[in-house]
Amino acid sequence: MRIVKIIAIILLVAFVGIQFIPTTRNQSDTVPLTDFMLVNNVPKTIQKKLQVSCYDCHSNNTQYPWYNKIQPVAWFLEDHIKEGKAELNFSEWDSLSSRRKASKLRSIVKQIEAGEMPLDSYTLIHKEAVFSEEEAKEVINFMTELKDSL
Amino acid sequence: MKNLKMSIAAMLLLAVSFTNAQEKKKMNHDHGDMKMDHSKMSTMKSDAKTEAILSDYFNLKNALVADDTKKAAQAGSKLVVSLKAFDTDSYSKENQEELEDIIEDAVEHAEHISESAIDHQREHFKTLSKDITDLVAITGTKNTLYQQFCPMYDKGSAWLSTSKEVKNPYYGSRMLKCGKVQKTIQ
Repeated sequence: MRIVKIIAIILLVAFVGIQFIPTTRNQSDTVPLTDFMLVNNVPKTIQKKLQVSCYDCHSNNTQYPWYNKIQPVAWFLEDHIKEGKAELNFSEWDSLSSRRKASKLRSIVKQIEAGEMPLDSYTLIHKEAVFSEEEAKEVINFMTELKDSL
Repeated sequence: MKNLKMSIAAMLLLAVSFTNAQEKKKMNHDHGDMKMDHSKMSTMKSDAKTEAILSDYFNLKNALVADDTKKAAQAGSKLVVSLKAFDTDSYSKENQEELEDIIEDAVEHAEHISESAIDHQREHFKTLSKDITDLVAITGTKNTLYQQFCPMYDKGSAWLSTSKEVKNPYYGSRMLKCGKVQKTIQ
């Protein structure tokens, strides 16, 4: 039991230690002029849904709950956000060409339709991010119309 | 006992972050390989690069016709390489911008195709086909191509083929003959 105790203490020290390694936070005070909400006429209900369900990983501004500031959860998250933003970044929406926008909108619709987004690992904790049938329909219709208007 | 539980939890979390880091390393490595192919390709003539893209595109299309996810994924990876090797230098400035836009979009679809299940591959193939059609409209090609159209898949979807005979890449064996020739591209 003594050795277990020592190992436990070492790991505990390591766990505390890694908390001091700095990570880059995906947070920004300003909303860029290229933001999806600013360049498109997005209804309030859809704005709110996108903020809650998508913007944490697909924009320049993540709302971090306390447990996401703890390592190594924060590292895991950092990676996730990086990947999410590379795929789609709502903050930089208007810097895309019409062709790229159409492609992204297509993917948004398909991902929501198939229930692939938001990710299960995300909705597990963020229950409010889940799309109800009604919400999914609303967002899909909006995105489809936007795509057709490009 | 409380400490023990904590240490096990910490160990698990560490393991997760390590595997994550290793994956990242692997990804970087792949990237390096791709770059090598890029320099090899750049000795080819610009026309040849268009033909290389088309050849990979048709391999992809044929794999989808045959319902072969694995082959489609392989063709998708190859297409990423041949798209990235495309050289826009010999085109007018306006066309260069358009071509770069097309390539960027097509690369993304090809990448998704290289790592997805067949339904998803077909979704991306639809937009990819539009990109390739627009590309050929600018670059031209030495072969006669047929733009074919299936009215049933996703409110109507087109693709390119080297043969007049319709073989549907969106449905494969489920509805092989669905579609018609919409346009001949020469």
